[in-house]
Order: sequence, then structure tokens, then C-alpha cells
Amino acid sequence: MAFDSFASFIAMEGHGPYVWACYGVFFLLMAVLVLWSLRSKRAAVEACRRRFETTSDTGREAATGASATFARVNVSQD
Amino acid sequence: MHPIRKKRLTIVLFLIAGIALAVGLTTYALRQNINLFYDPTQIAAGEAPVDVRIRAGGMVKEGSVVRDPGSLKVEFQVTDFNQSVPVQYEGILPDLFAEGQGVVAMGRLDENGRFVADQVLAKHDENYMPPEVADSLKKNGSMGQAGETVEAATN
Amino acid sequence: MWQWFHKLGSPKWFFGIATRFMPWLLILGLGLLAAGIVWGLAFAPKDYLQGNSYRIIFIHVPTAFIAQSAYIMMAVAAVVTLVWRMKLADVFVKAVAPVGLVLTFLSLFTGAVWGKPTWGTWWIWDARLTSMLILLFLYGGVIALDRAINDEKSAARAVAVLVLVGVVNIPIIKYSVEWWNTLHQPATFKLTEKPSMPAEMWVPLVLSILGLYLLFGWLACLRMQTEILQREQRTKWVREMITAGRS
Repeated sequence: MAFDSFASFIAMEGHGPYVWACYGVFFLLMAVLVLWSLRSKRAAVEACRRRFETTSDTGREAATGASATFARVNVSQD
Repeated sequence: MHPIRKKRLTIVLFLIAGIALAVGLTTYALRQNINLFYDPTQIAAGEAPVDVRIRAGGMVKEGSVVRDPGSLKVEFQVTDFNQSVPVQYEGILPDLFAEGQGVVAMGRLDENGRFVADQVLAKHDENYMPPEVADSLKKNGSMGQAGETVEAATN
Repeated sequence: MWQWFHKLGSPKWFFGIATRFMPWLLILGLGLLAAGIVWGLAFAPKDYLQGNSYRIIFIHVPTAFIAQSAYIMMAVAAVVTLVWRMKLADVFVKAVAPVGLVLTFLSLFTGAVWGKPTWGTWWIWDARLTSMLILLFLYGGVIALDRAINDEKSAARAVAVLVLVGVVNIPIIKYSVEWWNTLHQPATFKLTEKPSMPAEMWVPLVLSILGLYLLFGWLACLRMQTEILQREQRTKWVREMITAGRS
């Protein structure tokens, strides 16, 4: 351990605010990124499921031309 | 590999090579503007313009720092171990400012070849070590190693 | 000979492989990152010159390093998109760009906060900092360009060209500190030499770089799966997978 006490660990000899600001923003942004990515995957799975419940079992043929663009606006990206 | 893919790959490679060449030539032509600071050798050779806001960088010469006891005025020599430039500054110095450390000063060069700075930044090298190691290195007099890397960086 | 390469490009095959590897990437990544950060913050000795502020290095270097290698991977994928028209390569670029953006921002932010107590300034227009800022704009440009073009194929090609144009910035970032006078110091890790710090400092740094790398891999897989689901929701294999997953 490089520090004598928890207080000195937080203070970092005066550099605490700089160090903890960096780590705080790092964890915050990484958490937002991870949660956002998890949520959009879940949303994509849900969208597929809803789709399969409403359409019949014919699969591929339906409107191949427009499918790509349609799929891209179908699911919220944020 | 399919001939059409081979053709596409060639085009892509030419694209990258072309851009690299263009950017390379541009940065080469602008190298003096990309350089953040003039080093003392360049200033001594008269490459730096007089009375224009420029930056000067190098190491603070050992034993050259003179602090005015009544104010924040400080004078020191910036050296690249080849030439040195006298620097005048009034203000708060960064914590890392010390003799033998790298600095980058912003200011103007006056007619007498003196650099009047209004901002002094500390430049450190890529060597990190625990304080005890640094102390024992200093005792053995082999601390010059750190100085050499900054010198190399300023050339 | 190209068989494996085309197999790699199959979204279905990738989706299955990713599902299998993702838990490992996540667990190992979080573990290594946590080990590196805790070691770096609490146990590594302080620096003789900068004191404790240097502890920012344990996230500054990993974010900067992976932001750059992610861009290199995107450039490789862009070549594959342009030459082989492989969909999965384009999926990769789109999935990774936001991650790269966040990592580049983090490296700039942590660098600025670190610069204040050590250099005496948050920001300076030196070659290293400026080229890193350009990387941030490149990531932003890739995301914006992709969203601006509605047609999937045109978007893929335009984005791939932009990524390739931007890749010249990567060697500039790397060598900026050697080619020009900068305030930023040269790299601590070099390929050919020993790192310029003792083991009790560089081991935690390597741990957090590896950890963040694996976490990046996990994020890339997750986001690629999302993109694949959105694109392939009309295919039979997605339908089978989703309906099988529910029962």
C-alpha cells in the first residue's frame, strides 16, 4: 500500500481532485457506454420478437429491397 | 483472389499511398509551425523571429535560476546543452519547475536576445520512478539519463 | 484458401462465436482492469517528480492506446468492405466507432486533467494533442456520415473511404512526439526497449491496458450482434434463434 490511511489515499497529497475526476469520468462514461449497448441489443431482440409474432412464417421474401433502410430506423439507436 | 477484388485492392492501396504522400508533404512543409517551440540552438542561430510571440523550450540550466526576493520575478537560462537563452518571467511557476527540468516558455524575444516570457509550462520526460530510486540515482550521480531524453526530444 | 475468410464473414457464424466468447471477454476484461486500476491507484509507488498525479496514467494510456488500435482495426475492416464487400466488416466499423469516440474523448479528458498539475496547462496545441483531437473528429465524422446516408451499401462505402483517409493520422499521433517538438513526452512503452518505468508501475499499466482491450472486445461483439439483429431480422436463422431462445 502506497498510502498510510484512507484519508491520505483520497487526498493523494493534493492531487486527489485531479486523479478522482479522471477516474470518475472514466467509470461514468464506460458505464453509460456499456448500459446503452446492452439496452440497444435488448431492444433489437425485442423488435425481432415482435416482428415474428405479427408476421407469418414465410421469412425472407417480404420486401427485400427496402428492408435494410426500414430496419435501420425501426429500432431506436439511443 | 478474384481479379475484380484484386483491382479494388490496388485502388484502395493507391488511395492510402496518395493520401499518406499528400499529408506527409504538407506536414513536412509546415514542420516549423508544427514544432511547438524553438530550442536554444535555433534561437542562437537567429531562426526565431524577434518581438513575435513564440515559444522557447529546453532544460532549465543548473544553478541559473535567480529569484527576485521581493516579487514573483524570476530569471533563468534555458539550455539544450549546446546553446542557452536567458529567460525572464514574472508569475507563478508550475510545481514541476526546477533546475535540470524541461520547460516550454511562451513570450517574445527582445533585441538583446533575452526571452521575456508570460507563461512557463513544465515539460517532463517519459521516465517514471519511485522517489527512493530517484534519490539513490541522484546520489550515484547517474541522474543525467533523464536529462538526455529531454535533450533528444528538443532536438 | 479463401474459404475460411468467407466463413468469417457470415453474420450467423459470427453471432454464435460471439455469444460463446463474450462472457469470457467480460469477466477477464473487468477482472484485469480492476486489478490494474486498484494496483495502480493504491499500491504502485508514487513518481519522484509528479507525485500522485501520475496515477492518471493507468487510465490515460489504456484509453489512448485502444482508441488508436480500434481505429487501425476499423481501417482493416474498411479495406475488407471496399475490396470484398463483406457485410460483417461494415458491421464492425459501425459498432466500434462510438466506442472509439468515447475512448478518444476519455484519453483527451484525462490528459487535460493530468496536464494541469504537471505541465501547468489543460491544453496546448502541440502535435500530439492536436492529432489526438483530430482522431476524435474522425470518429465523430464516421458516425455522422453513417447516419447521414440512408442506403446501407452507399453508407458502408462512404464510411470505409473516410476511415481509410483518416488512417494516416494514426502514425502521426504515434510519432508526433519524435518528429516534432512537443510538450507531451515520448512514449513510456517502446517495442524495442525496456519500459522506462519500474515493474511495480508498468505491470499494473499493462494489466489495465489488457483489461480494457478485452472489455473493448466484449463491447464490440455486443454492438455487432445488435447491428446484425437489426440488419438480418428478416432471415430465417434470426427467426429460429429468437423463437428458440424464447421457448
